[in-house]
Amino acid sequence: MDTKKDIDTAETKVTRRDFLYLTTGSFTVVGAGALVWPFIAQMNPDASVKALASTEVDLSPIMPGQSITILWRGKPVFVRRRTEEEIAEAQAVEQTDLPDPETDETRVQKPEWLVMVGVCTHLGCIPLGNKGEYNGWFCPCHGSHYDTSGRIRKGPAPKNLEIPSYVFLDDNTIKIG
Amino acid sequence: MSDDYEPQSAVAKWIDKRLPIITLFSGHLMQFPTPKNLNYWWTFGGILTFCLITQIITGLVLAMHYIADANLAFASVEHIMRDVNYGWLLRYIHANGASMFFIAVYLHMARSLFYGSYKEPRELIWIIGVFIFLLMIATAFMGYVLPWGQMSFWGATVITNLFSAIPFFGEAITNWLWGDYSVSGALLTRFFTLHYLMPFLIFGLVILHIWALHVPGNNNPEGIDVVKGQDTVPFHPHYVVKDVLALVVFMIVFAGFVFFSPNILGHSDNYIQANPLQTPEHIVPEWYFLPFYAILRAIPDKLGGVIAMVSAIAILAFIPWLDSSKVRSCKYRPLYRQFYWLLIADFILLGYLGSQSATGIYLILGRLATLYYFLHFILVMPLIGFIEKPKPLPKSISEPVLSKEEQLAKSGQTA
Repeated sequence: MDTKKDIDTAETKVTRRDFLYLTTGSFTVVGAGALVWPFIAQMNPDASVKALASTEVDLSPIMPGQSITILWRGKPVFVRRRTEEEIAEAQAVEQTDLPDPETDETRVQKPEWLVMVGVCTHLGCIPLGNKGEYNGWFCPCHGSHYDTSGRIRKGPAPKNLEIPSYVFLDDNTIKIG
Repeated sequence: MSDDYEPQSAVAKWIDKRLPIITLFSGHLMQFPTPKNLNYWWTFGGILTFCLITQIITGLVLAMHYIADANLAFASVEHIMRDVNYGWLLRYIHANGASMFFIAVYLHMARSLFYGSYKEPRELIWIIGVFIFLLMIATAFMGYVLPWGQMSFWGATVITNLFSAIPFFGEAITNWLWGDYSVSGALLTRFFTLHYLMPFLIFGLVILHIWALHVPGNNNPEGIDVVKGQDTVPFHPHYVVKDVLALVVFMIVFAGFVFFSPNILGHSDNYIQANPLQTPEHIVPEWYFLPFYAILRAIPDKLGGVIAMVSAIAILAFIPWLDSSKVRSCKYRPLYRQFYWLLIADFILLGYLGSQSATGIYLILGRLATLYYFLHFILVMPLIGFIEKPKPLPKSISEPVLSKEEQLAKSGQTA
């Protein structure tokens, strides 16, 4: 009776053997993928790194015009208490003048406090503060100029300095991450 | 074997003309003429290759997270277990992989002993195999030290102290091994380095092992020489498929350990950080060393015990000349076959005794089992070749199969 079945299926060109090949092959591919994944995933940030992914910062010692740099996820974060002039300067910029248009309002939660990742969006160096043609930051590696809102104005960097997610826990404390 | 292979595509031809690697692999992994009567005991070569590669890959990955420092090693292993993505899986594969490796190698060696695969012209394959086994022991031992738990520390202490049994230079040699006056971080870092190196040495020896195998070709269950073409089939697909099936079954057992009882083969004391001021109450090596550990303890003398243990492994290399019988397969050696199974039972008994404390009846049995282990090789093997009257060998490997079929056909007719 088996031979009869084989002949029947042979006419439709899908044989029992085809089915076996396909299912075996599929199981092998899925199995191999499942086996390979842990070997790849082990290189991703581990639980101990993720546990350190937020940092609280006390803002009270920072005077207007001063900034501090803190370490968050192994990267520097600039926290700057901007002066009235700096805020005004940042808000006055025309969007058409910006390579990566963004208003100052969208970059800050309170205009006085500018919080951003201090890593140049070009190739990852740390820009220097109070420098450059726009009174903001200047990257010494390849000459990118950022303004008082941390937006790219001139040089090879493609994007504005990144704003990390942060919340004000109270008036004098923020939690980054 | 490789002469009938011609690369097909233009790219393959271009490469093969300059570096005949395609011809090499095709000849040795695909067309290689393999006796058509190999049974499943012959699949452990492939399984062992899989084990070695598994250990190398998981080891490489673990080394990305492990820290070889006496103060940090234990914590870094816990970090792997708790923090690293799938770290628990990778470490359990590696730790149980060592056990699976030894299960496979013991079965592989038992196969060779039963079917006489160590005999002329395959002596060198066997001897290289003994060296691989020796390196495996060293690698496994050093690997067990790395987590820097109590068993790691005291295992390392006991084993390195074996060298102190050497007359005159013992102390100098152990201090040199330790890089200190006791087991310490200096030993840990050098063991890590060597543990990383040795699998690659094993890999090199495996290539020699296979190379030496591919000169005379496989032995087979009948233990007689095969006629190429008439008695052989290409390695691929016949034995590739057979090896893969055996490998899948092996992997199921492997996965069973990894996922359902990952610590059953280890010792719980190794989850206590190394303490140089306190030895665990009951110190035992990993299960795969137990037979040799039993031999070590059977001899009531420090140097004697060490010599016995080392000899127990070294004597294996001389088996090709200790066995005086010209007949390879135990299928045709009715007398030796009994002693073969006695040796296997003796080895298992030694393993059991190694796990028990060396007192009373266990010690007496340990001594008897040790005595038989050595007598088997230095007395039984050479003598039986002269005493035994082997069964008549078949003329070809097809004969036993065909005669069985004839019998079946006859009995079928009568029924």
